[in-house]
Amino acid sequence: MQLSGNAKETRARAAISAAVRAHFGRLLAVLIKDIRDFQLAEDCLQDALESAFIHWRRNGPPPSPVGWLLQTARRKAIDRIRRMRNFDKKAVEYGYLIELDQNAAETGDAQAIADERLRLIFTCCHPALDPKTRVALTLRTLCGLTTTEIARAFLDSEDAMAQRLVRARHKIAKAGIPYAVPEPEAWPERLGSVLAVVYLVFNEGYAATAGPSQLRTDLCDEAIRLARLLMHLRPGEAEIEGLLALMLLNHSRRAARLSGDGSFVPLQLHERTLWDRSSIAEGLSLLEHALSRSQPGAYQIQAAISAVHAEAASHEETRWNEIVLLYDRLHQIFANPVYLLNRAVALSFADGPQAGLDALAPLAASLAPYQPFHAARADFLRRLGRTGEARSAYEAAISLSGNAVEQEFLEARLSSMGS
Amino acid sequence: MKYLALIYAAPGTQPAYGTPEFSAFMGDYSKATETYKRNGVMLAGEGLQGTSTATTVRVRDGKTVTMDGPFAETKETLGGFYLFDCANLDEAIKYAAMIPSAAYGSVEIRPVMQYD
Repeated sequence: MQLSGNAKETRARAAISAAVRAHFGRLLAVLIKDIRDFQLAEDCLQDALESAFIHWRRNGPPPSPVGWLLQTARRKAIDRIRRMRNFDKKAVEYGYLIELDQNAAETGDAQAIADERLRLIFTCCHPALDPKTRVALTLRTLCGLTTTEIARAFLDSEDAMAQRLVRARHKIAKAGIPYAVPEPEAWPERLGSVLAVVYLVFNEGYAATAGPSQLRTDLCDEAIRLARLLMHLRPGEAEIEGLLALMLLNHSRRAARLSGDGSFVPLQLHERTLWDRSSIAEGLSLLEHALSRSQPGAYQIQAAISAVHAEAASHEETRWNEIVLLYDRLHQIFANPVYLLNRAVALSFADGPQAGLDALAPLAASLAPYQPFHAARADFLRRLGRTGEARSAYEAAISLSGNAVEQEFLEARLSSMGS
Repeated sequence: MKYLALIYAAPGTQPAYGTPEFSAFMGDYSKATETYKRNGVMLAGEGLQGTSTATTVRVRDGKTVTMDGPFAETKETLGGFYLFDCANLDEAIKYAAMIPSAAYGSVEIRPVMQYD
């Protein structure tokens, strides 16, 4: 059967986006190692993708699309280096690429390509880059998102995002950020930086503060995919498992977090039958696994808190005392007044709103500009029947909120109290 | 790669001359410098006199104009430097973190320009 031109084009595009989706990070990681130049490797991979469109449209996708892309990208690199003004500086890499090309019998499936993605993750999440850049670079290189997609996810202009990525690659090259997995002495801190990036990607998707919600959920999926990749590349690391468990448990509530009209639903009012049970089951089993390693960490504790919610049949039947204790432990590991705020909220459900209010008092100084502090205080006062004080606390919270969905929720609470 | 580590601190934040803390501070500098030499990464390193001794030079329209200062009141000022030869930024960060002033002020690491 002869395919029409259009059908061939569609088939080629589908094959390319499937290859990008599944193998972009892996291909780029190995190319950076071969070429020792981040920007050049990305350019060559881009060249190879363009070339794939021309060839695959004509002849159909090759038996091993990923092998084809790798070989083509290496040849593009040979070509680009040959034309470089400072060819001498790349002579070693050039020789190596020629050798690779001659010995490339048939680069079979993706599994036959060395997996260098751990180096790539640690480079993208290097603490010498600013946090937003780490996130953008990780989404671009590991997940294969386009600059346009990343810009849209962050509500940035495409130009600004493109510039950010160019500056990042420039800094990696010029500042000598190594393409390597860190030494054991730096491991905990550097792993922390990687996990923070993954969790930032997740929260960017989860917060649903703005932007098209579809894209935002995609970011949650990307973060979960990254954590799975990390777990695969570095098995036996309790905090990686803890973070994945935390994200799965939080993400399991996605369908219940927004009502039909897109407004925010607080945990208390979730329709719990909407929670994704398979996500919860996976999260719980991962968490159990992580805790059995006796390497305590903040992500595992946060996952444990999320797990208490996941296991509760209702808001009232939640084991709030356990949540209070978990927040205590979290605060011990990493002192943060926000943990104490969350602890006070849990305490208000365990021991009543007065207990919550008492626990809030010492936090007033440090959390005065923080919207959730006032929202929590308003809630406690409302439950205590101190309507006048509750009213002004709600007003304070509303004035500090930059998020329309949140504002609507607080205003609804405020007006529900009557006058 | 060569990296210049520029050492900044705000006046009055580091141990004062003549105190026991100052002796310990200088001792830590000697120890750091010994480590750099032993590991073969130190190309140079000096401490600078205070900004009250500084002179700023500009050439405008072919004329040399000098100024006393700059004097910084509370801002961090450049107090010294090391020039390292390291494999990569991670190594440079590791050595820069050993500079005693990093505990009081900050150390800026700048890769040295390479002319192709």
